[in-house]
Parts: sequence; C-alpha cells; structure tokens
Amino acid sequence: MTQQQTAGPPSAGHADLAEEFLDRQTPLSRIRNILHRYPALSPALVLLIAVVVFGLLNDRFLRVENLSLITQQVSVVGTLAIAQTLIILTAGIDLSVGAVMILSSMVVAQLAVNNGLPAPVALLAGLIVGLAAGAVNGFLVTRFRLPPFIVTLGTLNIFIALTLLYSNGATVRGSAMPGLLTWTGTTFPVGGVRISTGVVVMLLLYIAIAFILGKTAWGRHVYAVGDDKEAARLAGIAVNKVLMSVYLAAGAVLAIGAWIQIGRTNAASPNAGVDLNLDSITAVVIGGTSLFGGRGSVWGTLLGALIVGVFRNGLSLAGLDVLYQTLAVGVLIILAVSIDQWIRKVKS
Amino acid sequence: MLSSKAPRSMATRLFAAGAVLTLGAVSLSACGGSSSGPSASGGSGDEKVGVSLIVKTTTNPFFVSMQDGAKKAAETDGVDLKLAAGKADGDEETQIQAIENAISKGDKGILITPNGPSVVDALKKAKDAGLFVIALDTPPDPADAADITFATDNFAAGELIGKWTASQLGGKKATIALLDLFDDKIVSVDYNRDQGFLTGLGIDTADKKKNGDEAKTGKYTGGKGGEYEIVGSQASGGNEDGGRTAMETLLAKNPNVNVVYTINEPAAAGAFEALKSAGKEKDVLVVSVDGGCTGVNNVKSGVIGATAQQYPIKMAELGVKAIVDLAKTGNKPANSAGLDFYNTGVELVTDKPADGIKSITTTAASDICWGK
Repeated sequence: MTQQQTAGPPSAGHADLAEEFLDRQTPLSRIRNILHRYPALSPALVLLIAVVVFGLLNDRFLRVENLSLITQQVSVVGTLAIAQTLIILTAGIDLSVGAVMILSSMVVAQLAVNNGLPAPVALLAGLIVGLAAGAVNGFLVTRFRLPPFIVTLGTLNIFIALTLLYSNGATVRGSAMPGLLTWTGTTFPVGGVRISTGVVVMLLLYIAIAFILGKTAWGRHVYAVGDDKEAARLAGIAVNKVLMSVYLAAGAVLAIGAWIQIGRTNAASPNAGVDLNLDSITAVVIGGTSLFGGRGSVWGTLLGALIVGVFRNGLSLAGLDVLYQTLAVGVLIILAVSIDQWIRKVKS
Repeated sequence: MLSSKAPRSMATRLFAAGAVLTLGAVSLSACGGSSSGPSASGGSGDEKVGVSLIVKTTTNPFFVSMQDGAKKAAETDGVDLKLAAGKADGDEETQIQAIENAISKGDKGILITPNGPSVVDALKKAKDAGLFVIALDTPPDPADAADITFATDNFAAGELIGKWTASQLGGKKATIALLDLFDDKIVSVDYNRDQGFLTGLGIDTADKKKNGDEAKTGKYTGGKGGEYEIVGSQASGGNEDGGRTAMETLLAKNPNVNVVYTINEPAAAGAFEALKSAGKEKDVLVVSVDGGCTGVNNVKSGVIGATAQQYPIKMAELGVKAIVDLAKTGNKPANSAGLDFYNTGVELVTDKPADGIKSITTTAASDICWGK
C-alpha cells in the first residue's frame, strides 16, 4: 500500500516532499496539517465538546449566569496566562507570574489605603512594580544567560518574601480602598446577564496582545526568537532586546492582572495566588502554545484558560470531588502536550 | 518508508484512544459521582437540600474527618452534598470559586473553614443569594460574614490541660516551655489555647489575646499552687519537625523544663523526640490539644500526658443537620450561652485522671477520635 503511494510521484526525489505528499494521503495527517496551521483549533474543539457534555450533565451549567461566572473565575489566571504566553513563545517559562502579580497588588492596595495616595498614582506604582520585576527577570535571562526556569524560580521566592515583608502578611480589604481599585470587580448588565468589568479588561488585553503579536514586526521577532534564537540573530534581530522587551511587556500585563485580582476578591491578600504560576502555564499549554517556543497564540491561551475554568465549574456542578477536578486538569495537560508533539512532527 | 510511517500511525491511534478514554473516564466518573451520592435523580424530581462543604485542604486528616462526618449526615438526611477544598492552606481563590459554584448550583447552605479574609466577599454574595453560611472550626474575619460558627472552645480546651497539669505538679515548681503555632502571625486558635492553658494553671495572662506578655516568673495558683518559670514561647508550625526544633531551642535555654504545652499533637510528638534525645522524657509533663487518633495513641503510650479532644466529625454533622433543619422548619441554630459561637464540645483525654477534673480514658477517646 505504502509502496504504491511512494511510487506514485516518481519525480518527487526529495524525501521531505515525498513525506509531505504522503501526509496528504491519510485523513489523520490532513487533520494534523490543519491543526498545525491553526493552533487554536484543537483547544476550541475541546472547549466546545466540554461545554456540550457538561451542559448535558447538569441543566444549571448552561445558564448564562453560570457561563458569566466561569469567565469571572478565569479572569485573573487568564490575564496572567497572557504574560506567560509571551514568555513561552520565546521558549522561556515564568514561574514568578503569580508572585509578581501579588507583589504589585499589595503595593497598589497599601499605597492607596495606608499611605493615602490617590488611586491612579497607586495603580501607576503597581505598574512600575510589574515592569521592575519584568526587568529583573529579563536582565538575568539576557545578561547572565541564565535559563528562565532558574531565574524565575529564584525571583519567585524573592518576590514572595518581598510581598510578605512589605505587607506583614496582612490583607487589605476592598471596602477601605478607593473605588477605582475595585472597579474591575464591578459588573454591568448586558441583556439580563451581569458581565464583570475585569473580564472586559482581560479581553481587551487579549485583543491588544493578539494584534501586536500578529501584525507588528516586534510580534514576528518574538516568534522568530522563540523558534530559533541563532537563526533570528543571523537574520539581524537583536535577540536580547526582544527578550528584554518581552519580559517588560509581561510585567506590565501582570500589573494589570493585579488590578483585576483586587477587584475579583475585593481585597489584596498576600496569600493569594498559591499556584497561579502553574495554572497559567496550564492554560498556555492546553491552549496549544508549544513549550519549545515559536508556535502558538494568545487566543489558544484564552481557550486554554476557559477549558480549565469550564472543567472545574462543570465537574463541580456535576458533584465531583475537588480532587477529581485536579485529576482531570492533569490529564488535559498531558493530552495537550502530546498533541503538540504530534503536530510538530509536520515540520521535522 | 513503511517503517517510518508505522510508529506514527501507532502514535495517532494511541492518542485517539487516550482522548476517548479521558472523555469516557471524566463523564463516567461524573455520573458515578452523582449516582453514588444521595442525589441519584440529579436536578429533576423532588428537590433535595443542597449543601456545599468547603474545607481548608484535603491534606489534613482534621478536614478529611470533617468531610466524612458531613457525608454520613448527608446520607441519613438525604442531602445533596458537594465537597470542595483549597489546594493549600491559605488558598482563598479556590474557596471563592467553590462558594460561587455553590450559589450557581442553588444550594441551601454552605459549610466552610475559611482559608483567609478574602473569602468574606464571596460569602456575602452567598448570604445575599439566600444561602445559610456556617463556619466550621475557624470563624471568618469578620465573624459576621458567616451566619454562625460551629467550633471548639479552644480557650476551654487549653484550660482543661492547664488544670490537669497543675494537679499533676502537686505543688512542685513548674518550669514551662510553650510550643505555640506561629510567631509571624496572630491567629485565634494560637492565643486561645496558650492563654487558656496558663489560665488553667493559675497564671495571670495579662492580655488574653496575646501570647508571651505574661510575667516570666511568679506563682501559679492551680492545684496545690507553687512557683513557676516560663522558659519561653516558640513557634512550632503545628508539625513534628517544628515541634522538635522549638523544643530543642527551649531546652538549650533551660534544661530543667518539666512542663511542655504544645499547640497540637504533631508538635507534641516532635517535642517528645527532642526530650528523648536529651534524656529528659521521664519527668516532663507534655500536654496538647486535638484528640486525633494518633494523638490519643500517644497519650496511651505516655508520650503525651493529657490532651483536649475536639470533634470535627460532629462539627460537620451538626452543620449539615442545621441546614436541613433550616430548610424544613425554618429554625436557625443559635450560639452557645456566653460564647459568640456554637460550642461543639471538648473532653480531657488522659489515663491519669485528676480529682475534680472531668476526663475520659484513652480507650473511650479512641472510639470517638478523628483521623482513623
């Protein structure tokens, strides 16, 4: 069978061409080619199936209030996952995203409540904290050529310690904060459903980052650096500058995440975000972005975050123990990475 | 060609199989979950009272016992019980999501051991949506975020072991080591047990909500009365490792320690190891609070002299029953007299009973201990 197929195009002398030709023959490889071209397609299908299945399991699941609730529940991790996507696209990883967000949120809350600074100034200070944290990570990755995993493992601990030192472990309540800080937690009605402002802020961020990654030279450079650093350098891309800017951009996104977090819990708590770093990586991976860099999209990440949210909420409504929810997420991660590996074989 | 293709199609087949298996497993376990519970009929048919139990973590036998107690009560009362837990101690976000999901589900009530102050906002939403909120073991901060708290009277628990210690001393000088929970944050269970213990022993605690502000030397009035010296208060973290380190530190300060108060039984076990390696385990009174099965066994074997037993299983059972009662009769549970919470009881467990102090034996305590 196979013999005949290879014999089909005798003119195709090059092995790769033959391979590619072969791939087109079977339906599975055709699917693989489509998935390779549209990385967000497989998470979109998983999300669709999950929503249908959970809708059948519990009639409360598909109520609009519940669907709106799921978007609120993923708004923080979804925002952090944008920063994580940027860094993973460069073949890096950021274990400090949650810690940076918490540090930024504590600075914003304390400055506004304990030091009486105006809300916009406090938010700006939070943004500066995010940028500074990004700069530290970026500096260590580019100048000292340390692996991002190690750098951010170190800064994760540093930022956690700084947060606890700065806050004395105390939670700042939303009721004491100026309205602007908890604005992201307010909701507004859209045709009977209440939509959270924080969710809208997150979606705007997705649109902005998707546009920048897809339509600007900087975006293409990010993908090029992630795909093959050496090739990017030879093509005249200032690799270190691109990497540094990615860490800075991630820091800015995390500061906005801090704002969304304050609104969501109506408090700034130094104990929040126990493992948001891993949750954000989960969203990115399930969203089809390759951990090896250079392939993926923020839209996939949004789908990934929604899939995790839908699974947790759906399994919970179906009455499943929290441990099975965690188990299901674990299975999803391994499936997603396996699918990524399989799709990547198109290239090799 | 053939050989290079074969493994790949194998891999794809494995994938498809994996994907199908997962979906199957998830939907199967989802069905299994709902049909094995009391709510086999799901949302349709007669409405069962929905209750969500949200504990701090599932890594602590105390909370696992709570879940067991709730499950048992749910079975007898025909309650649709959903369980949730934080991923780690202090994980507020997962608890917030569980509270929101309980509202979404249409539950009648929530039982929660809050992981921190951030859950308060979500609890308020739950109350606004008409759910009855009962805090178990730990009151939320502020306490009125819950409709009522079902908890151990930790001050009374400390008092019991303090009184017992005084009677065992028989007028001897007490050289006291205090193994508390934390030194970097203030939590009510920490000062209530510590200050309760000192009060039971007959030592003036100054501020009842502050550990370590009492006079370091003086006279205790409990039992026959006598002189005392407090070597120090040390944080143990409530675990074996921390308990051992804290005990070692205090023994280094003063090797004549003969009374050791511990925040809980794991800390007591750690302290005992330190005492043993210093060759001092014979003449020291170690007292604790908790009443877990491991701790009760340690009382039996003489590692711990006496412990005050608390009842997480009962807390959860009472919680479930209270919500069922409320749904069926409209009766709300009320606080115990003189307290700002509902006292779920505490018993002194020791095999060396003291005159005038009510206690139960380790054999009796083993029957009702938690964390079997």
